[in-house]
Amino acid sequence: MYDAGKIIFGLIIFVILFSSPIWLNLAGNPGYKPDIKYPVNEKECIAPREYMNHNHMEILNDWRDKVVRADIRFYNQNAKPFLIDGKPAEMSLTHTCLKCHSNKSEFCDRCHNFLAVKPYCWECHVTPEEVQK
Amino acid sequence: MNRRNFIKIVSFGGVLTVASKMTLDAFADAHKGNGKAVKRWAMIIDTKKCAEQENCTKCMDACNTIHNIPHFDNKKDEVKWIWKEKFEHAFITSENPYLSEKINKRQIPLLCNHCDNPPCTEVCPTQATWKREDGIVMMDWHRCIGCRYCIAACPFGSRSFNWRDPRENIENLNEAFPTRTKGVVEKCTFCDERIARGQIPACVEACEAKAMHFGDLNDANSELRKILVNNFSIRRKPELGTSPEVYYLV
Repeated sequence: MYDAGKIIFGLIIFVILFSSPIWLNLAGNPGYKPDIKYPVNEKECIAPREYMNHNHMEILNDWRDKVVRADIRFYNQNAKPFLIDGKPAEMSLTHTCLKCHSNKSEFCDRCHNFLAVKPYCWECHVTPEEVQK
Repeated sequence: MNRRNFIKIVSFGGVLTVASKMTLDAFADAHKGNGKAVKRWAMIIDTKKCAEQENCTKCMDACNTIHNIPHFDNKKDEVKWIWKEKFEHAFITSENPYLSEKINKRQIPLLCNHCDNPPCTEVCPTQATWKREDGIVMMDWHRCIGCRYCIAACPFGSRSFNWRDPRENIENLNEAFPTRTKGVVEKCTFCDERIARGQIPACVEACEAKAMHFGDLNDANSELRKILVNNFSIRRKPELGTSPEVYYLV
């Protein structure tokens, strides 16, 4: 091979630059992170934040099927009715989730946009922001 | 095989048949809920009382606002859950040429009949519409693919298709109820979301003439059963065998 030194040196530089986002992330600098606004005054959610971050879509799908198809309206946890403010929590995006997370554009959208997912919940379900308009 | 063995085998088969029939029957009873109160929601509309309130639209207005039903000027885009029609059009197969003009022109509120034997649910390829145990012909708008088979199957015109985006034509958006989206079929669900909270359907509640009654037909002591015993009632197109559960007093 002619100019082997230059080529290999160039290749090494290329690989380092190309994979730099991975190294930067591993080094503890995650770069841009969506700035999600959590509700300030509400302390209770149906599950811990970490779990909700990763699994809220599964919970919503499960709720949807239970409410619409099986007519089960309230949320049970460990076979007991789950209470929010002393009242049984309805399995409802509008009546339960959006009561606290009323800021769709600062909560749902910021993360969804970051991850480039487009859930079609909002084609039908109404957000508090839309009503205020 | 000798005679003795033949009789043995045949009688054993007979005993087995009877026993399995009894077991299956027992399972069938258990499945029915056996004594548990299964409801059968139904509605009665007193057309005479209704007609006394001329040009009243309270039931329709209540339904339209609560359920975010859009209004389109073009008839072909119309979305309707409860609407009014002349008697002669609503009961087109009553085949009575000598009815008085007064009755023929009477405005009758029409809605999904929540049939006992609904043809719309039979044709749905995605089970987006089905009959619940309590008789409500329910819709799952998440699952509707907009094929419109159910519209073709329904003999009462109770189903509407969203040809356009309904959002643009809803006057006052009700946050508590979802809208539908373009390409989805919709219809009256007997206010299942209100029944779940122990309320009666919005149209019945809004009717000031008390012309609409809602209740459980399986309960022999219900108001509905009393009204049906004491009055003559008719249903739309009973000859089709769908067994509508909206009864009309004339």
